[in-house]
Amino acid sequence: MTMQTLSLAPWLVATPMIGAAVLLLGGRRTDRWGHWLGVLASAATFVVGLVMLLDMLGTPAEERVAVHTVGTWIDSGPLHVDLGFQVDPLSLTFVMLVTFVGTLIHVYSVAYMDHDVDRRRFFGYLNLFVAAMLLLVLADSYLLLFVGWEGVGLASFLLIGFWDGRRENAVAGKKAFVMNRVGDMGLIVAMMLLLATFGSVSFADVLPAAGEGATAAGQATMTAIGLMLLLAACGKSAQLPLQAWLGDAMAGPTPVSALIHAATMVTAGVYLLVRSGPLLEAAPDAQLVVAIVGALTLLFGAVVGTAKDDIKKALAASTMSQIGYMMLAAGLGPVGYAFAIFHLLTHGFFKAGLFLGAGSVMHAMDDDVNMRRFGGLARLLPVTAITMGLGWLAILGVPPFSGFFSKDKIIEAAFVGEGWRPWVFGVTALLGAGITAYYMSRLFFMTFMGRRRWSDGGPGDDGAPVRHPHESPRLMTWPMIVLAVGSVGLGGVLAVGDRFVTWLEPVTGHAEHHEPVLPVWLLITLTLVLVALGILLAFRQFAMAAVPVTPPRANVLVRAARVDLHQDDVNEALVMRPGQYLTRALVYTDRAAVDGGWLGLAGGIGRLGARLRRLQNGYVRSYAATMLGGLGIVALVVWALAS
Amino acid sequence: MNDFVAPPIDWAAVSPVLIVLAAGVLGVLLEAFVPARGRRATQLALTLVALAGSLVAVGLLWDRVQEHAVSVVGGSYLLTPFGLAVQAVVGVCALLGVLVVAERTTTGQDAFAPAAAAVPGTAYEDETRRAGLQQTEIYPLILFATGGMLLFPATDDLIVMFVALEVLSLPLYVLCATARRRRLLSQEAAFKYFVLGAFASALFVFGIALVYGFAGTVRLQGVVAVLADPSVSPLGSMPALVLVGLLLVLSGLLFKIGAAPFHAWTPDVYQGAPTPITGFMAACTKAAAIGALVRVLFTLANGLDPATRHDVEVALWAVAILTMLVGTVAGAVQTDVKRMLAYSSIAHAGFLVVGLVGMDEVGSQAVLFYLLAYGLATIGAFAVVTLVRERTLTGDEALGDGPVPDDGVVLGEATRLAQWAGLGRKAPWLTAAFSLFLLSMAGIPLTAGFVAKFGVFSAAVEAGAWPLALLGVLASAVAVFFYVRVIVLMVLTPPTDGGDATPAEAATSVPADAAGGTGTGSGGAPSGSGAATLTGAATRTLVSRTVVTVVGSRGPAAFAIAVCAVGVLLLGVLPAGALDLAGQAAQFRP
Repeated sequence: MTMQTLSLAPWLVATPMIGAAVLLLGGRRTDRWGHWLGVLASAATFVVGLVMLLDMLGTPAEERVAVHTVGTWIDSGPLHVDLGFQVDPLSLTFVMLVTFVGTLIHVYSVAYMDHDVDRRRFFGYLNLFVAAMLLLVLADSYLLLFVGWEGVGLASFLLIGFWDGRRENAVAGKKAFVMNRVGDMGLIVAMMLLLATFGSVSFADVLPAAGEGATAAGQATMTAIGLMLLLAACGKSAQLPLQAWLGDAMAGPTPVSALIHAATMVTAGVYLLVRSGPLLEAAPDAQLVVAIVGALTLLFGAVVGTAKDDIKKALAASTMSQIGYMMLAAGLGPVGYAFAIFHLLTHGFFKAGLFLGAGSVMHAMDDDVNMRRFGGLARLLPVTAITMGLGWLAILGVPPFSGFFSKDKIIEAAFVGEGWRPWVFGVTALLGAGITAYYMSRLFFMTFMGRRRWSDGGPGDDGAPVRHPHESPRLMTWPMIVLAVGSVGLGGVLAVGDRFVTWLEPVTGHAEHHEPVLPVWLLITLTLVLVALGILLAFRQFAMAAVPVTPPRANVLVRAARVDLHQDDVNEALVMRPGQYLTRALVYTDRAAVDGGWLGLAGGIGRLGARLRRLQNGYVRSYAATMLGGLGIVALVVWALAS
Repeated sequence: MNDFVAPPIDWAAVSPVLIVLAAGVLGVLLEAFVPARGRRATQLALTLVALAGSLVAVGLLWDRVQEHAVSVVGGSYLLTPFGLAVQAVVGVCALLGVLVVAERTTTGQDAFAPAAAAVPGTAYEDETRRAGLQQTEIYPLILFATGGMLLFPATDDLIVMFVALEVLSLPLYVLCATARRRRLLSQEAAFKYFVLGAFASALFVFGIALVYGFAGTVRLQGVVAVLADPSVSPLGSMPALVLVGLLLVLSGLLFKIGAAPFHAWTPDVYQGAPTPITGFMAACTKAAAIGALVRVLFTLANGLDPATRHDVEVALWAVAILTMLVGTVAGAVQTDVKRMLAYSSIAHAGFLVVGLVGMDEVGSQAVLFYLLAYGLATIGAFAVVTLVRERTLTGDEALGDGPVPDDGVVLGEATRLAQWAGLGRKAPWLTAAFSLFLLSMAGIPLTAGFVAKFGVFSAAVEAGAWPLALLGVLASAVAVFFYVRVIVLMVLTPPTDGGDATPAEAATSVPADAAGGTGTGSGGAPSGSGAATLTGAATRTLVSRTVVTVVGSRGPAAFAIAVCAVGVLLLGVLPAGALDLAGQAAQFRP
């Protein structure tokens, strides 16, 4: 990379940041043109990224990893952190994804948020998000990454709660915040451990030294680091056991769900793990846990997806499941890294497209999200139906759409290995593909096919809500069309001759090709058969037969899936209740034991005490007693340890 | 003949302390000679100039002290780079604190009683209030307290340190008792502070006595010399004396910091004291006391044998763990803003002690930065609290559903947390600033608090105290909840009233004659906007409700809040400069 292009890196973060600053600080003055400024900032960032990409394509592979250091950020004794930007194929892939999809979603939002009085603020937050996300992927150290990490969390929190008048949004925002804090703690602890083990938190120091660190610091430390990084990734990427916030986060405006909770931010966990690849390889146990978490989540999300009637929540469950695939791939080691990122990229396109389509449907149906009240919309919303249809085929992994190339590679990679692992992971991934086909087809058929289950105002539709569906304006359909083109072609273009895998090699390293335990042609056939079965089943249930407008009584499994497999109950029972009991117990102890004890003592002394209590405050001596008692305890501890 | 030989005194080195104390004395004289009308302006100007002058003196001394510590009168006054840096932090915080103290808001009243000596609830009190008296003595008192704080970390002599402790404490006791509203609470707080402070002082003096018994001197360097060569002192062979003495001295200092188990006074005093004073003392006292703690601890730790040093470390560990736990856990259940901030201050004391366990340069650098970050956020947060008030509406105003008019009687601060619901809509900038301070206290990145926390924790890890650092990270993760709870309350929760944008709280209806006459009673009278259903002119005039309002600043407090907010952000985004200075200050320790 030439120095000139490399020095553009700070502008990738600065451009949207300036946009956000102008929009958020400019106040009402910027209301009229603010949204276009937001679009411009995002588009300009894309152009900057494109220039860097073209330049990188012109450099030989071994010179593609570079760091642009701006200056010293923190220099405090043992901790020296530079403010630098990591520019390599991995980060540039993210830059292109975030800015390209981001810009399309900006454009879409111009029309989607048209009637919102706070549209400018919305665009300010979107720009803030883009800036933070780019900082996250361009950071050259864990600490700087953490700043971006918190930044995207903040933007997400602000955007989920954007319509802050609604209680559910506030609750959802809070849930997302709390779950993310748990994850953040993991990242902080991981950084502490890195600092203690390697004396640095920058990628350039830590990653190459990972192997030596394992021998020097011991396997346990490396496993701890790996698990803490995984915890962080779970929080951000909505993986088990920190998955519960994603569904609720759908309360935010739909473009937000598309950009943040499908295409970019939720994949940050995958980025973190792939970036930390060498650390995980030095800790095989942690790596195995990553794969297990991914496999479990991919099934969990898929099962939940089959029972959701809320179109956005069904898509959210699917996001969770697809990220599960990526985590699984990331947990498979170098053989999986490139495929994880590849799937992340194609997923970014088709999932964003699906969400924008869902937004378009909601737009047409007066913001209704209940799919049981949709049906027969294909004729009325042709563009939406076609673009969503292409996204649907892509996520199913039907050849030659994008998803086929990326997901199939993950399934294939999951079958590589020895012992029980290939069989467990492989079969899980295979099964997931079948379930995905079922619930995504269910979503598509319930929305666009079958009889309409809403009323057009005419007679004969008793009790059905009256809707007047209409196709969305051009500003909304164009981004959908562009994303649909990506969903169709991107996978194939990048898969030819392993182009994408080779592109990432400077970062992920070259992985030897291993043969899966089953022949590849059999795997592809099996996958496609399962997918076909899924589609067929969904077609019979939701396109041929009439869909009941109220959810029918179902068996215990379906009911469990409807309530997210009881995730909230589990959280409540395991985390929230004990927490509440603890605080309650503390309050009680304070009242009963501390206050009561001292008051009781005073009462026990008798009338004199009671009279004295009226004259002077009884608590001071309890304070003094605390001090003396505390001093005594400290002295005792010292004495006990000294002797 | 015995000619008196004046000891050579390096006046320049003493100037930061001297300027402030001299201005305090001058302030007392001004009280006597300046006419009442001009007193406040004169006092305020004098205070600000003195504090600014002291800061300038600190700045001028900086380079000189970097080369070698300046000792005056054989160590009675010892200016080390660290002591000077603490003086700088105290000076900055005091300057900002005084601005908040000077705030009179658009209501024209400051936070202090017109005549603090008037017995609450008496006719005399009413008279003083009507006459519009002002207690301008608070400014000299603040100057004296600041003088003591500046001296506290800059001495090698335990007796001088004790005098400094009293010089900073006594004015604070008085200041705590001077709140304009809730005067009984305020006086109770001052009394508690005084009694417990006296207790802590007693421990401190007893500790000095034991150290003196061991070493035959109260100079810290002298004690170190005796530790190195026990034969110098008759009781030099009894190192247990110095250990117990050191622990007692530390107790006295930890009391001032508000570390557990010497923290019990903090919530009550912080709640009862006039809020601007709370902010001032929370920031400055803690800085000064940490300065003194570092002075004692680091000096003696060098001389102690490894076993004794280990004992002291154990004590610090215990204190740090206890303090973080108490501050965080108790803070989580508070329902009063000032008490919550008080417990947060206790938790911060714990984090500060975590940074000190290593007793090394890295730790003192981290602690210095932490003090500045904490001081800015604390003063800013308490300044915001002074502006959020209750207001009573009576008569027709209380009945209307429409927007609340701007008149009505403004009362004290609305400190119950529930009253802060929906503040974000009423005062977005104030809410943003308060949120920023809370986020900084929580240690969220891009605020000063994050860099500060990271600093103390990595200092602890560096010193091998990683369990403490881990506990600290856990404690701050819990603490995040109670800070964010407040932000969520302010920004996302709608006002409890619901009807209009005004957070109305606990509307009280007093249907006086209805209670006696018709028998509907107050139990039957709906509260809040429901009060509008009451009819009858007689009832109407007696209905009142309390709403939460934000009073405008006349400048100083708003300026202080803005400076604190910018400071917190700047230290968070670009901490390099401040860290460099702190690093310089931490490099040399005699």
